[in-house]
Amino acid sequence: MQVWINGEQRELADGARVPDALAALGAPENGVAVAVDGEVVPRAGWPTVALTDGARIEVLTAVQGG
Amino acid sequence: MDETLLIGDHKVPSRLIMGTGGAANLEVLERALVASGTALTTVAMRRIDAVTGTGVLDLLRRLDIEVLPNTAGCRTAAEAVLTARLAREALGTELVKLEVVADERTLLPDPIELLDAAEQLVDDGFTVLPYTNDDPVLARKLEGVGCAAVMPLGSPIGTGLGIRNPHNIEMIVEQAGVPVVLDAGIGTASEAAQAMELGCDAVLLATAVTRASDPERMAHAMRLAVEAGRAARQAGRIPRRYWAQASSPDVDA
Repeated sequence: MQVWINGEQRELADGARVPDALAALGAPENGVAVAVDGEVVPRAGWPTVALTDGARIEVLTAVQGG
Repeated sequence: MDETLLIGDHKVPSRLIMGTGGAANLEVLERALVASGTALTTVAMRRIDAVTGTGVLDLLRRLDIEVLPNTAGCRTAAEAVLTARLAREALGTELVKLEVVADERTLLPDPIELLDAAEQLVDDGFTVLPYTNDDPVLARKLEGVGCAAVMPLGSPIGTGLGIRNPHNIEMIVEQAGVPVVLDAGIGTASEAAQAMELGCDAVLLATAVTRASDPERMAHAMRLAVEAGRAARQAGRIPRRYWAQASSPDVDA
């Protein structure tokens, strides 16, 4: 299936979960937060929430600012 | 003994809160943070970059500095609430520096969106530190919805114009039941000292240090200024007089 991760289209296996999306991005699991279609996915839900075709996944972390 | 700054139930052992924006690189930032003596430092939330990764976070953890995520770049309450929730997930803190600005040119807070976001985040269990205008009425309303501090600006972000309306800052201090943090506009050490002399509980600054010619030295200067200003406030300054008053005895006395 096709998903959007941080604005880039990527191919993930059907039934992929949040950790698969992080791996595709090369992102660590610590120090990041994930939103799918504008809703925060709590860390506890990462292994269980199934991503769907066309999902828009945002992976954020802390950067210099403020 | 000086009491420790308490924001919500967070003890903050320094009264200089630093930002990390504007530093040329992480090495410069590290030296400046250490020289500042800060115990609480802001970060922004952005899409992760494969190259920089979680570098700032790793640095703050190594220096044992508590992280204060901000909602910089948000224009609406909805954006700010989502960003705060992402920060809480990523960083495991319920602290948030709430920024909801109206436009890029002034970066001034949008008071209507700010108050709305503050109320939502307090209800959601956040410890909210709003970046606000130097408006005593808005500051009172932010405290009223449960913010743990109020952070009025001295002047617009990054301008280095100092404290443009000291009287408003004094009025905010006079009525506040939560810590007042002077946030934004500080250009040099005397202005940080002035904020504390006006009765602020802490100063938050970034650009004045990170974009100084020598960030490490300016960070040290700011640390001293915040300490000096607070000591002067506690010492109680002399009243202003119109005419001179000799400080030495009369010659024929």
